[in-house]
Amino acid sequence: MFKITQRSLQRQFSTSSVSFKPAVAATNAGYFTTGGSTTSVWPKGFRVPQPKTWEESSESALSKATKFFFLNEVARGMYICLEMYFRNPYTIYYPFEKGPISPRFRGEHALRRYPSGEERCIACKLCEAICPAQAITIEAEERIDGSRRTYKYDIDMTKCIYCGYCQESCPVDAIVESPNVEYTTETREELLYNKEKLLDNGDKWEQELQYCLDADAPYR
Amino acid sequence: MLGRNISKACRSAATRKYASQKSLFSTFNRLQYASAPEESRPPFTNAMGFPAQRYSSEPGTFGKTTFTEAMDEVDMTWGRDDDPKHVEKQNTKIRHFTINFGPQHPAAHGVLRLILELHGEEIVRSDPHVGLLHRGTEKLIESKTYMQALPYFDRLDYVSMMTNELVFALAVEKLLNVEVPLRGKYVRTLFGEITRVLNHCMSVLSHAMDVGALTPFLWGFEEREKLMEFYERVSGARLHSAYVRPGGVSQDLPVGLLDDIYMWATQFGDRIDETEELLTDNRIWQARTKDVGVVTAEDALNYGLSGVMLRGSGIPYDIRKAQPYDAYELVDFDIPVGVNGDCYDRYLIRMSEFRQSLRIIEQCINDMPAGPVKVEDYKIAPPPRSLMKEDMEALIHHFLLFTKGFAVPQGETYTAIEAPKGEMAVYVVSDGSERPYRCKIRAPGFAHLGAFDHISRGNLLADAVAIIGTMDLVFGEVDR
Repeated sequence: MFKITQRSLQRQFSTSSVSFKPAVAATNAGYFTTGGSTTSVWPKGFRVPQPKTWEESSESALSKATKFFFLNEVARGMYICLEMYFRNPYTIYYPFEKGPISPRFRGEHALRRYPSGEERCIACKLCEAICPAQAITIEAEERIDGSRRTYKYDIDMTKCIYCGYCQESCPVDAIVESPNVEYTTETREELLYNKEKLLDNGDKWEQELQYCLDADAPYR
Repeated sequence: MLGRNISKACRSAATRKYASQKSLFSTFNRLQYASAPEESRPPFTNAMGFPAQRYSSEPGTFGKTTFTEAMDEVDMTWGRDDDPKHVEKQNTKIRHFTINFGPQHPAAHGVLRLILELHGEEIVRSDPHVGLLHRGTEKLIESKTYMQALPYFDRLDYVSMMTNELVFALAVEKLLNVEVPLRGKYVRTLFGEITRVLNHCMSVLSHAMDVGALTPFLWGFEEREKLMEFYERVSGARLHSAYVRPGGVSQDLPVGLLDDIYMWATQFGDRIDETEELLTDNRIWQARTKDVGVVTAEDALNYGLSGVMLRGSGIPYDIRKAQPYDAYELVDFDIPVGVNGDCYDRYLIRMSEFRQSLRIIEQCINDMPAGPVKVEDYKIAPPPRSLMKEDMEALIHHFLLFTKGFAVPQGETYTAIEAPKGEMAVYVVSDGSERPYRCKIRAPGFAHLGAFDHISRGNLLADAVAIIGTMDLVFGEVDR
């Protein structure tokens, strides 16, 4: 036995022995044939095969009786289970290990800032318009310096369906969906995000958000 | 077959003999009928003058086996339970046992509530109650733009998300009269087949789990996990992807994704083999599925069944072949067809469709052309971000698309695709505005559930679970 450390590599190879496969499976190689069963080897016409009656089947009564009394197919199934038992588990220890996610992942929302510290959102309200669940509420006014900015930017995270339309629509990359999914709360009210919370998220996740945007930029 | 002949013979005899008594119910009320002496009673007929349907083929085994007959007797004795003549009779009458299956039953696949009427352990009538997951999707869509309506389709059949989006996207494209670029078509086909594998992993193996084989279900979830990672890489969400859009798909495939799908496809055949090794020949599995839930080809057509439920009965109909959409006419695959129309045949077909899906996936990966993935008409599909930030016209298009949406010419279309569960279709009526006037969703599961009463009749209580499993019901789409 040689050891393959990479789990994904190991899983490509069938560890079931060829000797377990019935002889009939090899004769029918026109397309993907099944692994073990004689009943599931499909004929050329691609209909489910009619089960053979006793006078059509060439299998001897002794063979059939042996298979019946020795629980042949059950034993084979149990062997597969035994094989599985010796494989690496696919499960992960969740809070300590996490599944991979791509740069496109759509998680908790965040409002980003420019490197200068100025918030990006210009209150164009595209995200509010496109949101299918109408989870976003924006109110805006002109600031003293003459720039148009929001004074209210609320997302109801209990309404949000995480379709990603807001970040697609945003012309200045202000509202984004961060890779974070661990934001469960104890009360419902905590999920009604306001502008402070969203900007705070943006500050906290800025590095990851920038990585994601850069990684996905060629496709957007 | 036998039962049908008998009932036909009875019917013709009855129409000849008792045609004069057709007005029986108007002149003769139920109590009078029941209290009349046995020999002077006319034979029990329904309102059409036909003899009442009997659920058991052996006459006389339990006396009155017709549910209506039995109920009538019970009504009579209830009315006079102080009458000593009837007390004894009252205690001997068998009334069908009615049980409530679901909506919290783990084998109900969500929120199916079934009222089952049992004769012993035999189901004589079943009444599916739906609507516990009704969200009013069709009505909601009427107030959304075509782009906003799309994520609602993910949430219909939540185990085959991208095919739902696909059917809506195809309908809108048909109304808009646009042609998706070839790469977009291939991407859709590839992910359509990945979706089919996802769905069949869930349906076959949860069917097995309901019937008693828990183990392969867990193996199936490992594969589903890998496939949902592909979903996530391409769209950003593991389940509700919102990836297939009118005009193509939302984003191109990331580099390396096709390699990984190919690597997955090389090993998935072994996973199917393992599941088949455990199930296909297994005598318990065969005992639970063979000759259970038999649907004849005629019934399958009459009840509007589609997909595997139709092909299991021997009708070689698949919309991917009959009316090819996307790249299905460019790839080579076979349609497995059953013979007996029972749960076992449908299981075999689903297992075979896994292999056909693999075949299509491999061809899609090999033939994947270069080029755009969505139409380059910025009135329908949003322009790329780099262009949007530089070009004023593109920015205007972007703003218009995300606020007003795109207007779809007046017209109506019924567009159907072969979703993993069967014929998934939408009927979209456009009044020329940015929002659909009407969007009727034809969900395969709904038609399947409509035939449940017919299919389950005469099967045993435990088979109800197997039949629900083989119908591949998901309540997101049944209730909509």
